[in-house]
Amino acid sequence: MSIIAAGNKPVTIVICGSGGSGVASLGELLLKLIARRGYYGILKKSFGPQIRGGESAVALRLDTKPVHAFDDRINLLIVLNWSNYARFKHEFPLPPKTSDSSTSMLTIQDSQAGAPEDELKPMADALSVASLPFMEKAQEVPQGRANILLLGFLARCLNISLKQAQNLVTQRFRNADNETQLGLATSAEIGYALAEQWPDKDLLTIPQAQDRHTDSWLATGNQLAALGALEAGVRFAAAYPITPASDALEWLAQELPKIGGHLVQAEDELAAINMVLGAGFGGVPAMTATSGPGLALMTETMGLAVASETPAVVLNVMRGGPSTGIPTKSEQADLNLALFGLHGDAPHIVLAALSIPDCHTTSAWAVQLASQYQTLAIVLSDQFLGHSMQVMQSLGKINEQARLAKPPRTSGQETAEDTAYLRYLDTATGISPMAVPGDPACIYTADGLEHKESGTPSPEADVHARQLEKRQRKLEPIRKSALWAEVSQFPDTPATDAHQPRAAIICWGSVSGAAREAAQKIAESGDPVRVIAMRLLAPFPKRHLEESLRGIDSILVVEQNHEGQFSRYLASQFPALPFATYCQPGPQILTASIIARKFNARFTQRSRQNQEDRG
Amino acid sequence: MKAKDYKSRVKPIWCPGCGHYSVLNALTKAFSQLELNPVDTVLVSGIGCSSRLPAYINTYGFHGIHGRALPLATGLKVARPELEVIALGGDGDGFSIGGNHFIHACRRNVNILYIVMDNEVYGMTKGQASPTTPELWDQSKLTPRGPEVPPFQPCAVALAAGAGFIGRAHSGDPKGLTQLICQGMDHPGFAFLHVLSQCITYCPEQQDWKSITHEIPPVTSDRALAMQNILQDDGFGKGIFYCQPRAVWPHLPGGAILTGPSSGGTDQIEEIRQQFAVHADA
Repeated sequence: MSIIAAGNKPVTIVICGSGGSGVASLGELLLKLIARRGYYGILKKSFGPQIRGGESAVALRLDTKPVHAFDDRINLLIVLNWSNYARFKHEFPLPPKTSDSSTSMLTIQDSQAGAPEDELKPMADALSVASLPFMEKAQEVPQGRANILLLGFLARCLNISLKQAQNLVTQRFRNADNETQLGLATSAEIGYALAEQWPDKDLLTIPQAQDRHTDSWLATGNQLAALGALEAGVRFAAAYPITPASDALEWLAQELPKIGGHLVQAEDELAAINMVLGAGFGGVPAMTATSGPGLALMTETMGLAVASETPAVVLNVMRGGPSTGIPTKSEQADLNLALFGLHGDAPHIVLAALSIPDCHTTSAWAVQLASQYQTLAIVLSDQFLGHSMQVMQSLGKINEQARLAKPPRTSGQETAEDTAYLRYLDTATGISPMAVPGDPACIYTADGLEHKESGTPSPEADVHARQLEKRQRKLEPIRKSALWAEVSQFPDTPATDAHQPRAAIICWGSVSGAAREAAQKIAESGDPVRVIAMRLLAPFPKRHLEESLRGIDSILVVEQNHEGQFSRYLASQFPALPFATYCQPGPQILTASIIARKFNARFTQRSRQNQEDRG
Repeated sequence: MKAKDYKSRVKPIWCPGCGHYSVLNALTKAFSQLELNPVDTVLVSGIGCSSRLPAYINTYGFHGIHGRALPLATGLKVARPELEVIALGGDGDGFSIGGNHFIHACRRNVNILYIVMDNEVYGMTKGQASPTTPELWDQSKLTPRGPEVPPFQPCAVALAAGAGFIGRAHSGDPKGLTQLICQGMDHPGFAFLHVLSQCITYCPEQQDWKSITHEIPPVTSDRALAMQNILQDDGFGKGIFYCQPRAVWPHLPGGAILTGPSSGGTDQIEEIRQQFAVHADA
């Protein structure tokens, strides 16, 4: 029996840790190890609420081609502690007793793992669990570590040499003293030997990567969102810590000074977003990163960014809500707030990152748009994208830097009266030339009060109507951008007219990877499917979406929240469009299998019927 | 430039007799004395009567939202350290809704001057008690028995929070006010200037301030002595309570300053990108 079906299916390994067993760093090391061997993979880290010593788990999915999502199937489950596993039983469920996968999932428990809770016992009993002494062996080694022992063990299972695993560990802990280095190397060696004795060790072997890529990257979505922003010109960031956005800010704090930039840790989110506006007003592209509760605090100032036409970028890494909700788990539930949270008529830009590498693209685009259109751009990411780490092909550089439309140069001798600089001039495009302090003869006061073209406050109806219209009109061209979505088709062979998809999945943000994988599954059983993964959420790209829905009569919208926030938004844009919705809140992962099942339950029969009718 | 050249053509919305006119005049006089280039000067304010001031001065300005002048000014100054940045607003803006920012701006010590025009009342919303309103001031329908809590002590809080320059002036003493503005602007780091600026519309009794304001003991760099002077003062003493420069934030390594979006060569960006590269096994 092989765990890996023919046809290069990906392999999923889940490790549930106990306090201090270091599974998170094990996951990272393992991902790096397989990246060095030319494989692709994705690593999801799951934590409980405790800061230290609580339960943590990692899921690692490896493949010979880029992998963006997780599916239901687990090939190898390692449980270091059953009571900690119980906290993850919904995220990484044991297969039901009767399913095929209950016989094909390899399960190993640590010999000190205790017993599964009563509720899990029947499933666990069906699994023929191997019991191995990881913790015990690690304790026997001076300076030994169980996670490094497991790295050695898993290296053997994945056909990676002990030497390669040890090299990686040596590099990772290069600053450790000799005794520790020795303890780590010995741990890896013992783990490797333990695997040699395990009868099922060869069942996990993944196929050789065909094209060994030599230029791969390993990064999280938060890191890439920060990098994209920096490459697009961000030189100032303001930060208030919040899970799961803090590490994007920490990365910026470290990297910005290298290029003459700066990060300020603010006293709260209200300060952070106002600092961003201050820098933006000064002509320096600026951003902050936050999550739901912080975004809520920032909304008043986001209205100021719109009214004063000041560029500002907010990366919102979503977590379970409302209120404190589930800070360490993913959900796509801040869409309503991002779209509608501003007071007054406040048109602004809302984008969603579609994958970990796409955090780079989308965040850079947000920086460019915020400057070009002198307004607020919100990027919606989430805990899954932000914290998960992925092996990917190296990303291309962002070539387009943020640019402000500045007023024409003057000699510097003129007074403001001479040039009659109008900061909020209603131009044909609606974009007014923006001077920044230091520019001669363009002095003005930015204002959140409604204002005339000069910036002077005015409560007059015609002034208000005109400025409202101008601020809305200036964003219109964004709707036409080619970056509005990633549209893909399954099967991906060029479809003849007769085989154009009649079904589509519409999604946004991080579920796009799973949606594409679902479409692949659906297409394998006969029906071609189009996936429209929306990156531009506001202003709404109505024409583009209409175009890509041509010929489609079955639409499933999928998103990871309880109320179907995007579905409602879509219905408001297209009141006559028939579509079905599958929404599921976090933290349970919205997988390809779930999406495919929901799709098939809803459409496949009807679609087959239609085809027969046509035949 | 003469003082009057720093005034814009926008007409103030303030009531006749408002103390803020004097602050506006004193600012333009101070700018003229310091020969500030209006193009490189920015006034940042919050919301309230006094926060309208930036539009009345012919420099760059940002009239932001209620309570947030300090963080906005901080972001601007850190991003563009070569600019002269002044934050200003009222007592409600600075000590109530913006109180947290006040504390942390004192701590952070970014090189800006913060002027609070304190009239002990919310004027723009028609006369409610502010954090500095006397405990038994019962003229507001919102607090018919008075605020019933002791007034906020801005100078004591500023000192406790770490401000390196703390002064108080009175709008009825334009000469002293102008001088303190100049001194506050010269101070390296965060300077807090508490200006008693009367609102005779809602608090006509403040017309008496002219007769009750008085001099204070000489400026000190001794923090304990300064605290003693502040606490012993009746709230109407004018002058500099404390002046002791300390390291200005941010402490940028090697004197590097932010020069805008074009800063940072492609080489450095490439180096930053390289941290994500995985080097394949040989």
